[in-house]
Amino acid sequence: MSQKSADTAQRIDEVVRLSLSPRHLEVIDDSHKHAGHAGAREGGGHFTLVIVSEAFAGQSLLARHRTVNALLAEELKSRIHALALKTLTPEEWAQRA
Amino acid sequence: MEDALKQKIDGLITQNKVLLFVKGTKTFPQCGFSSAVINIFKEIGVPFETVNILQEGDLRQGMKEYSQWPTFPQIYVGGEFIGGCDIVKEMHDKGELAKVVQKAAGASA
Repeated sequence: MSQKSADTAQRIDEVVRLSLSPRHLEVIDDSHKHAGHAGAREGGGHFTLVIVSEAFAGQSLLARHRTVNALLAEELKSRIHALALKTLTPEEWAQRA
Repeated sequence: MEDALKQKIDGLITQNKVLLFVKGTKTFPQCGFSSAVINIFKEIGVPFETVNILQEGDLRQGMKEYSQWPTFPQIYVGGEFIGGCDIVKEMHDKGELAKVVQKAAGASA
């Protein structure tokens, strides 16, 4: 992991923790899988987020993704090139486990 | 957003019941997420159209505003935005996507 994408991952972690108080959070840096591809050359990282939060209860998948995209709007303009999201309530998370 | 661009997008999403705004084309997707979504719609087997936003500079920026969505692909079914790659994948895994798409495709032209 490069220092730059490690910093971005740290920033994502902080923003999500602060706003969504997740029961569970994973920030996975996939940037190395995309080295050399057009987006990687532009300098943005590829990340996968798994977020388990009460905040998603009663929200459609679209609304959940909109919430997360809004939280990370600044980062998405510059430091994040691609963001894959898994958004779950604690109940949904328990059912998966 | 300029009226002309908004009207262009309004037109595109109402004239095409299943429309994917992607990077690249059906035959040559230029991004893994676009490719994944195209494959899902091929699998469902309904007619769908794609717009290559890499070829349309005004849409590349315009669609982010129009959909209030920061990334591509963006998927429209029956004139409504349903989400990006993750949402389509998840709907497909749950067996919901085909229903939504077939309903929209079956609605009279």
